[in-house]
Amino acid sequence: MDYHRLDEVGPGHGFGIYVHWPYCARICPYCDFNVYAAKDRDETPLIEAICNDIAAQKAILLRSHSAPDTLYFGGGTPSLISPAGLSRIIATVADRCGALRGEITLEANPNDITPQRLAEWKALGVTRLSIGVQSLEDDTLAFLGRDHSGDDARRAVALALETFPNTSVDLIYARPGQTLSAWEKELTAALDFGAPHLSLYELTIEERTAFGRRAARGELVPMDEDGQADLYELTQQVCESAGLPAYEISNHARAPELQSQHNQIYWNSGDWIGVGPGAHGRLTYGTGRNATVCHRRPADYIAAACHGRVGWAETERLGEAEIGQEFLAMGLRVAKGLDMARLERLTGPLDTARLAQLEEAGLLSRDKGRLALTPQGRLLADHVAAQLSK
Amino acid sequence: MTARDHIRNFSIIAHIDHGKSTLADRLIQKTGGLTEREMREQVLDSMDIEKERGITIKAQTVRLKYTAQDGEEYILNLMDTPGHVDFSYEVSRCLAACEGSLLVVDASQGVEAQTLANVYQAIDQDHEIVPVLNKIDLPAADVDRVKEQIEDIIGLDASDAVEISAKTGLGIEDVLEAVVTRLPAPPEGEREKPLKASLVDAYYDPYLGVVVIVRVIDGVLKKKQKVRMMRTGATYEIDKVGVFSPKPTDVDELGPGEVGFITASIKEVADTAIGDTITEEKRQTDKPLPGYKDVVPVVFCGLFPVDAGDFDDLRAAMGKLRLNDASFTWEMETSAALGMGFRCGFLGLLHLEIIQERLSREFDLDLIATAPSVVYELTMTDGTEMQLHNPADMPDVVKISEIREPWIKATIYTPDEYLGAILKLCQDRRGIQKELSYVGGRAMVVYELPLNEVVFDFYDRLKSISRGYASFDYEIIGHRAENLVKMNILVNDEPVDALAMLVHRDRAEGRGRQMCERLKELIPRQMFKIPVQAAIGGKVIARETISALRKDVTAKCYGGDATRKRKLLDKQAAGKKRMRQFGKVEIPQEAFVAALRMDGD
Ligand SMILES: Nc1nc2c(ncn2[C@@H]2O[C@H](COP(=O)(O)OP(=O)(O)OP(=O)(O)O)[C@@H](O)[C@H]2O)c(=O)[nH]1
Ligand code: SF4
Ligand SMILES: [Mg+2]
Repeated sequence: MDYHRLDEVGPGHGFGIYVHWPYCARICPYCDFNVYAAKDRDETPLIEAICNDIAAQKAILLRSHSAPDTLYFGGGTPSLISPAGLSRIIATVADRCGALRGEITLEANPNDITPQRLAEWKALGVTRLSIGVQSLEDDTLAFLGRDHSGDDARRAVALALETFPNTSVDLIYARPGQTLSAWEKELTAALDFGAPHLSLYELTIEERTAFGRRAARGELVPMDEDGQADLYELTQQVCESAGLPAYEISNHARAPELQSQHNQIYWNSGDWIGVGPGAHGRLTYGTGRNATVCHRRPADYIAAACHGRVGWAETERLGEAEIGQEFLAMGLRVAKGLDMARLERLTGPLDTARLAQLEEAGLLSRDKGRLALTPQGRLLADHVAAQLSK
Repeated sequence: MTARDHIRNFSIIAHIDHGKSTLADRLIQKTGGLTEREMREQVLDSMDIEKERGITIKAQTVRLKYTAQDGEEYILNLMDTPGHVDFSYEVSRCLAACEGSLLVVDASQGVEAQTLANVYQAIDQDHEIVPVLNKIDLPAADVDRVKEQIEDIIGLDASDAVEISAKTGLGIEDVLEAVVTRLPAPPEGEREKPLKASLVDAYYDPYLGVVVIVRVIDGVLKKKQKVRMMRTGATYEIDKVGVFSPKPTDVDELGPGEVGFITASIKEVADTAIGDTITEEKRQTDKPLPGYKDVVPVVFCGLFPVDAGDFDDLRAAMGKLRLNDASFTWEMETSAALGMGFRCGFLGLLHLEIIQERLSREFDLDLIATAPSVVYELTMTDGTEMQLHNPADMPDVVKISEIREPWIKATIYTPDEYLGAILKLCQDRRGIQKELSYVGGRAMVVYELPLNEVVFDFYDRLKSISRGYASFDYEIIGHRAENLVKMNILVNDEPVDALAMLVHRDRAEGRGRQMCERLKELIPRQMFKIPVQAAIGGKVIARETISALRKDVTAKCYGGDATRKRKLLDKQAAGKKRMRQFGKVEIPQEAFVAALRMDGD
């Protein structure tokens, strides 16, 4: 691999740390993350393993990476981690990797949000919350297997905003049978919370989930493509007129500085350390860029990530073509598009005939050296990426 | 040289899989043609594909030395013939080279369609026939019932049928005795007369070159002799004269009544004509042997490399196959849908399948085959005649005054519980019922059918509706004028050449609808909507619309999804290499292949 090309990706384009906390109070029937029921498990061994893993991974990077920009607690339900546990991890990051330069995000379940917790999180340095509201309708929440009501969610968001003005709200739409008007009403109500950031996802039925099995049995009929497309378009209109345009396919923010800094690293082919069971990472050092995956089962992970060893189950040295594919697929998702010169340095010249075809079809636009999906193209992002890939 | 009355030339005839080759093995073993170590299963099946599929494709011959109970030594020339309909001409030439046959019937299965077809051929050749009931070791064997069938259906006396198990070796001695005592010696030929020998079959051997299997009628075949092939006119000097015992073994000469092989620096099998008469160059026999037919392919299909870069390899592979198989023909074809390839002709569907399989296996080629089609005869308005091998080449209809398609006479033999479904199948395929008779719980139906309707998927359908119990045999009975039309399939208003077909006007709508529905399933949605139509001339007879792709995006895509996304793109990129561009529409090659595979009406 050409050293110059390696400069097109890696820590120069953002460097973050992702911590995966695999436990949830209960498992939602649509969820295909690497998650396990929390029960009343002792968190300490996993916290220790995560801290050890952070140190071990950073040690491998030697001095190629300066202090990270962001830290992100995802899951799973990381709001279940005790303040002491969070503190251990945050301190390890500061100690081993250097003082963070940007945000610390914590994904939180509405039920875990209390005035006390909010204060503790704030004191630990958390700067941003991402709350899994999913819906404001009680029957929908029941259908989604959530353990909170619409009112619980409203209260939690209102409370969170008092401590963390930069709070994000997650919602799931395109649920079976959902009408345009019902969604418009629900989305408008969510916007009324005043949260500066929304992540809005269409319900995706994944094979190895309870919903997937129900769908296979014919008990659950996913919304058809046209219905989903209509709802997506409505979502864009409603959010734009409320002043929260999409800055990525499913993410909306009131202002550029309120976008998730951490997620930008993924879309921009930066580097991130992934720790915790099943976490993925991308680390560019020495002569290559590496994809890392940690052991999925917590017990395996804990067993691996000890005595200065990393928790990786697998690593893969990415080839030029692979780096290019990721840059393309991830980079196209953001509204401002990707840097065409960077892409071409990674993959070689683009197929101009294809480009022209996609532009003509109104799916892509080129502006000031950036290649971006048009609002229409966003619905076909995967298709466009496939067309452009080699 | 063995005295004429101590020679027996015989063949073994049977329905496919009833145990011909296994019996041949036993006979060779019993007469000591091979040591234990050299003995392997179905020794006469030498091609890989023959071994693997357990079917005989090429005729084979072997000379056995047998000391009979009368104490005398006999030379037994055994011919193992292909049992499948596609090779029935080869079978007829083998039979013509013998005086008698062993009719092998699987005692657990009974008489089947090809038992009948083959035995009637043997009767036509005036063969003496000894019924042999095989597989009596099987619990399902029902000797009495099968004997009854042989008597009732074929009209042969089965009272002294030989009961054997080719597998265990039981009764093999009795078979040999029956050959000696019940089959006739070859008729008296004249050694002094000009050479007259029949060219039974030919194949390519990597060491010996083209090996020609011969049966001598009159005169003698010797090394260094100058011979002429009466049909092709070619002359050769004989290099080797030999017999298979079963290893090729040189002999000094072959005299009247004898069977063996010759080699004569013949370049390819295509230079020989099965059924040709071999005579001396200088001293010709007055009349060639009767029964010669040109072997003509009856089923055609296009073969294209999946990867266009393999075209030259495919060409080379076909050349090599042709070395050994003169009945397989090919010429270049260019298709907008499938690229550069070849239009190939075959003796039948099994032959097609075998060639395809050999190309992919022996030459490691990934191929796409278009739907098989038959040879149409066209009379043009200006009175000229032409043959059409490829529907895509059909001339303008206004220039055609008549189209004729080949018809077959199909004999189907089935347990009567499946009869209803089979009659319906034949009827649906424009069949004309000719005969229907019952013998002991089984029905025999004879239908006239257009071959076009049979090459499609008739055989598969027949097997599935009868759970594999029905057997089927056919012969071509000639061309008939029919109301045939060319149906084009248009994708986004562009005709797709590889999908063009000739169909009967009455069946066109059904076929067209089926094709459109199928393509709708197979062609991935694109950014615009795509009409798929079946049309005859300018008239659309069926239509479907593939709606535009509106949404193709992953909702969540973060750090943990990058790998999955990349792998998906890799897969799509690989798929893109197999895409064919049709105007604005991209169609994956698999869609053509699947559309052409018309299983399940
Ligand atoms: N049980 C049993 N099986 C037998 C016997 N004879 C042959 N078979 C089996 O029947 C199958 C077909 O035998 P083959 O000798 O290949 O049949 P074939 O008539 O030469 O077949 P084609 O060349 O395809 O027409 C093989 O699996 C044999 O092992 C027998 O006497 N008993
Ligand atoms: S809370 Fe979130 S991570 Fe946990 S099971 Fe539900 S959706 Fe999955
Ligand atoms: Mg055989």
